[in-house]
Amino acid sequence: MTTTATNELFQTEKEELISGSEAIALACALADVDVITAYPIRPYDTVMQYVSKLKADGSFDCDFIVAESEHSQFEIVKHASSVGARTFTGSSGVGWFYAFEAITVTAGLRLPVVAMVGNRALDDPGAFGVEHNDALAVRDLGWMLYWVATAQEALDIALLAWRVAEDPTVFLPFAVSCDGSFLTHSQAIVNVPTSEQVNKFLPPYDRGKLQLHPDNPITIAPQVNEDWLMEMRRQSDEAMHRSVGVIKKAYEEFKEIFGRGDPSPFVEEYMTEDADIIIVGMGTLALPVRVAVRRFQEAGRKIGFVRVKFFRPFPTEELQEILTKCKAVCVVDRDYSYGAPSYGGVLFTELRSALYPMEKRPLMLNFIAGLGGREVHVNDVNDMVDIVQKAIETGIIEQEATWIGVRDN
Amino acid sequence: MTTVQDLPQIKGVKNIPISEGYTSGHRTCQGCESALVMRLMIKAAGQRTIVVGSTGCMYVANTTYYSTPWVVPWMHTQLGSSGSAATGTAAGLASMMRKGKMHKEPINVIAFCGDGGGADMGLAAISAALQHDEYNLLILMYDNESYANTDIQASGSTPYGANTTFSPPGKETRIMNKRWKKNTAPMLAVGHPDVKFVATANGSYGLDFNNKIRRALTIGGPTFIHSIDPCPKGWDYDPKFSHELGMLIVETGLWVQYEIIEGELTLNGPSRAIARGIRKRKPVEEYLMRQGRFAHFTKEDIKIFQDRVDESWEKWWLPGVIPVTMGQD
Ligand SMILES: Cc1ncc(C[n+]2csc(CCOP(=O)(O)OP(=O)(O)O)c2C)c(N)n1
Ligand code: SF4
Ligand SMILES: [Mg+2]
Repeated sequence: MTTTATNELFQTEKEELISGSEAIALACALADVDVITAYPIRPYDTVMQYVSKLKADGSFDCDFIVAESEHSQFEIVKHASSVGARTFTGSSGVGWFYAFEAITVTAGLRLPVVAMVGNRALDDPGAFGVEHNDALAVRDLGWMLYWVATAQEALDIALLAWRVAEDPTVFLPFAVSCDGSFLTHSQAIVNVPTSEQVNKFLPPYDRGKLQLHPDNPITIAPQVNEDWLMEMRRQSDEAMHRSVGVIKKAYEEFKEIFGRGDPSPFVEEYMTEDADIIIVGMGTLALPVRVAVRRFQEAGRKIGFVRVKFFRPFPTEELQEILTKCKAVCVVDRDYSYGAPSYGGVLFTELRSALYPMEKRPLMLNFIAGLGGREVHVNDVNDMVDIVQKAIETGIIEQEATWIGVRDN
Repeated sequence: MTTVQDLPQIKGVKNIPISEGYTSGHRTCQGCESALVMRLMIKAAGQRTIVVGSTGCMYVANTTYYSTPWVVPWMHTQLGSSGSAATGTAAGLASMMRKGKMHKEPINVIAFCGDGGGADMGLAAISAALQHDEYNLLILMYDNESYANTDIQASGSTPYGANTTFSPPGKETRIMNKRWKKNTAPMLAVGHPDVKFVATANGSYGLDFNNKIRRALTIGGPTFIHSIDPCPKGWDYDPKFSHELGMLIVETGLWVQYEIIEGELTLNGPSRAIARGIRKRKPVEEYLMRQGRFAHFTKEDIKIFQDRVDESWEKWWLPGVIPVTMGQD
């Protein structure tokens, strides 16, 4: 007995000038989410300010719970999801880490919670700006993880998130990562779809045989120990494998119903044809990089850009295909991983691992940039490309990971 | 607010439902009072109940994959999450029923936690749950006075001086745990004036236990029960004395049985007789010396205990309940 409400707000398609946070709040209302939990931390919490206003205005019927900590925020939606409710929550930086116990068991229990991460540096020392280390911390746990670059994409991917997460062949949580300030707080024109379109795309959440209810008196999460845990871990791994096909199919349908989207749900290619150097990055970094790439191309230089959208599941095959065609890859990490191989960032390390089995491997250089919300300028991108170009010409990589835009004293 | 079930107070032992919701399949120690508490709890609540349980003995020793004792739907929650688990479960049901996504019916929501999970780690989440008037839920804290499952470590609810694996008496220091037991139920009652039901309970008084569960589930809104559960392993006594120790802790006045219904306090059973002067408190020594965890106590240690218990009955504003004395004017 499941129905999806048709919201009065969304009778006709319209264009609105809104931020990424507001776009996700509208997605919550469009998806008729049942339980939403909030706790304040910048910059993600703007989404909850919009949700609470929608509720207060009577435009959105949900149980909106102001929790007393992020741990409870994530525990509440975890349990609401177990009885069959569609859920949404989110956090940023140390708040995301405060919830970490709940975050990890949500994936272990295969509960399709959708969360927004407003990427923020991990204090101390205090910093509000974007870094990707908060969201990246879940990369091994069974969360699907996506980096959006525009407010439109934030709305669209939030809808896709429930669709994929709640698919019974997947049943994994989904984190929508949004760069703090650059996405959470920056306004852009967003096409807001109708309830009718969304209802066509997004079926109601049906927990099926796993629903916790007196009519289905199951025991969830008993002790399994070495007897069963490994089998269960493998099931989560298989679910992550299956999510690839589910994402592809859902994205095709998305494009059909809403009339927008990229060729691939996993990566975005920008001027990569015949490129000698391909820059790779995630999130709003795409903006300055695209400008730099355009200028290079205008000057006759073959520089392209690939934006990794899904970090989990990691688009291994797509990236192998695209990146083995160029001479050198310039990976920009908005994160750090102290002591990692070559002292590189997380994206770099993953990409290098993805390309290792390939016969023809490009040179790979890594740049750590834009930490703590520091802006990455077109000039920074030019500097990176110069270093990569030099490596191509000399055939020597002097330093695999370079910090860009850092003061020396 | 969603409606509640019709669960009338049970009049007399013979009228206790015979149906069981917690049966064989658990591996708790012999004489485990917390296991009895689980059984009494679900007997009173009935089948249309969802139970969520925090990490601890009542998770690890109860539910092993393929051999659950739970006849009702049951789910594990994290050590400090009984409050949020209850809130999330109740909110999910309420939201879906209101929006027509789930058949409307009153479903009991009970989250239990141990003293470690409740009085220590989960206190903030329980407090938050008790502020959500719109959800009907019960949080039951079963107090075996230690982090039992991890091998008996001192919690904020462990009695003064008790021997635990984190507070062993040694050559230099006899009393390692110098903290006095947290007064959890009154703290929650006083701190959350809108909560309609807060009570203490004890498996040795079964009918009273059943009825408190029923009161908690039918009064509306969030409620809290704190039960004291003798634990043969952690308290170090012969398992056959669990029931007797449960009675002794009340008869010595160390534990007070009461319920606070919409702000009105009633003492129950022996505690009521003690308060009225009908019954004399037994010396705490009779209770303490029955347990290995107090075996290292000297006469002075016992006196510290006795003095504090006397003070709580003679000087406290609400005897045995609220540790505040009246000022001079
Ligand atoms: C976050 C977290 N920290 C520590 C533990 C380890 N742990 C498992 S059970 C337990 C004891 C809990 O004590 P209590 O709540 O009193 O329940 P009891 O075992 O006494 O029944 C602890 C500390 C855990 N599971 N989770
Ligand atoms: S250690 Fe105590 S609480 Fe745990 S199962 Fe044994 S008797 Fe019960
Ligand atoms: Mg305990």
